[in-house]
Amino acid sequence: MKKVLSNRWTKVVLFILCLVPLTWLGWRAYKQDLTANPIEYITHFTGDWTIRFLLITLAVTPLRKLFNQPQLARFRRMLGLFAFFYGCLHLMTWLGLDKFFDLSEMWKDVIKRRFITAGMTAFLLMLPLAITSTAGWVRRLGFIRWQRLHRLIYFSALAGVVHYYWLVKSDVRLPLMYGAIWAVLMCYRLGVWFRARPHAQTRRVTIPSTASLPD
Amino acid sequence: MMIRKPSDLRYSDVTPRQVYLNRRRFLGAAPVALGALLGSRAAQATTKLANVTKSSYTVDDKVTPLDVITHYNNFYEFGTDKEDPSRNAQNFRTSPWMVKVEGEVAKPKVLDLDALMKLAPLEERIYRHRCVEAWSIVVPWIGYPLSALLKEVEPTSKAKFVAFESYYDRKQMPQGTWAGIQFPYIEGLRLDEAMNPLALLAVGLYGETLPPQDGAPFRLVVPWKYGFKSIKSIVKIKLVEKMPPTTWNLSAPQEYGFYSNVNPEVDHPRWSQAKERRLGEFLKRNTLKFNGYGEQVASLYTGMDLRKNY
Repeated sequence: MKKVLSNRWTKVVLFILCLVPLTWLGWRAYKQDLTANPIEYITHFTGDWTIRFLLITLAVTPLRKLFNQPQLARFRRMLGLFAFFYGCLHLMTWLGLDKFFDLSEMWKDVIKRRFITAGMTAFLLMLPLAITSTAGWVRRLGFIRWQRLHRLIYFSALAGVVHYYWLVKSDVRLPLMYGAIWAVLMCYRLGVWFRARPHAQTRRVTIPSTASLPD
Repeated sequence: MMIRKPSDLRYSDVTPRQVYLNRRRFLGAAPVALGALLGSRAAQATTKLANVTKSSYTVDDKVTPLDVITHYNNFYEFGTDKEDPSRNAQNFRTSPWMVKVEGEVAKPKVLDLDALMKLAPLEERIYRHRCVEAWSIVVPWIGYPLSALLKEVEPTSKAKFVAFESYYDRKQMPQGTWAGIQFPYIEGLRLDEAMNPLALLAVGLYGETLPPQDGAPFRLVVPWKYGFKSIKSIVKIKLVEKMPPTTWNLSAPQEYGFYSNVNPEVDHPRWSQAKERRLGEFLKRNTLKFNGYGEQVASLYTGMDLRKNY
């Protein structure tokens, strides 16, 4: 397992895997098989994958610790950036194909409609994380500050789930499922934090390498 | 393969719905799928409706393809995804079918499908259909005015509203359990709305009996109201004195009112109603007040504040 995770090709394979949803969407578009309402389908599809990638990214640290696989952290940045990538596609679909780039209409919706407010919040919270995802930015901000900033992903994912929950009319099963996954991943972090607290004074301060950044 | 000119094409030439529906599975597992198709097709094929006259209550808009009308449905009893009903409603039993007409009427009736079909001359009416979710289609419905049925049962002076109820059977509609709204689905109209000649009871579309996912065998069509008012698969029609409860209003009263007239000036709290996407079109079009049927129905609401009575 450790060998596989540290193999340089694993990251390439994962990168290609992350593009599978987009390829699938492209294939269905090519086959003209995007349902009777293609724009709605594309919007929902990209939105779904944004939430999924956010949750996958949030799952990296718990999995890394639970299964003692430090190499997993190598993939976290890429997964997070894919969440941002699908989020951008989602936003552009809505902005371009639903609002036809009418920015005043867009802002009216952002202010007036709470599910769009939540969605825009989720996106804007991802923006600084994508920008500061490079090793250079970790250095510039200092690790502690960088780490604090990147905790915004918790709230971005939550805003994404709320956005979805407020969007659906009555069948809330999927948004609730995403919400439950988010809650489990957060509970894990809370648990770790509570356990670590009593020993706070005695905890050794270590400077982690970028390959194993905790969050 | 012979290629016919478009004018030569008949409904019988259209790929059978089951075959179309399963086209992808068909490719994947042809022998298995074929067996399944042959087994279920005979019972499910819609039948052609004879003696249908063209009505003058028809719009000139381009009619939406049958494929879209039958694969983009809100019929939550069969699942909440737009494509769920086309998959899950195929084995829906629509025969025998009984519709009770009761309440504040002089002559209550129980009508079977045969009686419903013969109650009044069948007309084809091409109506715009606007969903509250801001998409729309144009459907060639076949049916007769609701008023024809109501006149038969002779409403009493106490009758002020008409309450409708859909069929619900958990066994046939297991997906409905998770829809998040209460079933059986119920809807209602004010009596004068119900007597308006535009209010249609539909038994078919595109020249044939209704496909199950479109509300077979007997449904309401109220073209100047949002689609959810046009209740599907009706089993009960009751004339009542007080405004009856309606499903979506019970589920979210601040979002769905009793009247739910199409109105670009009154936004749904979660999305604008100013524009709509006609399925098959890329750009959105402006939504028309009363879905463009103001001339026929605006007088029903004179003196009413349509913002309050949304």
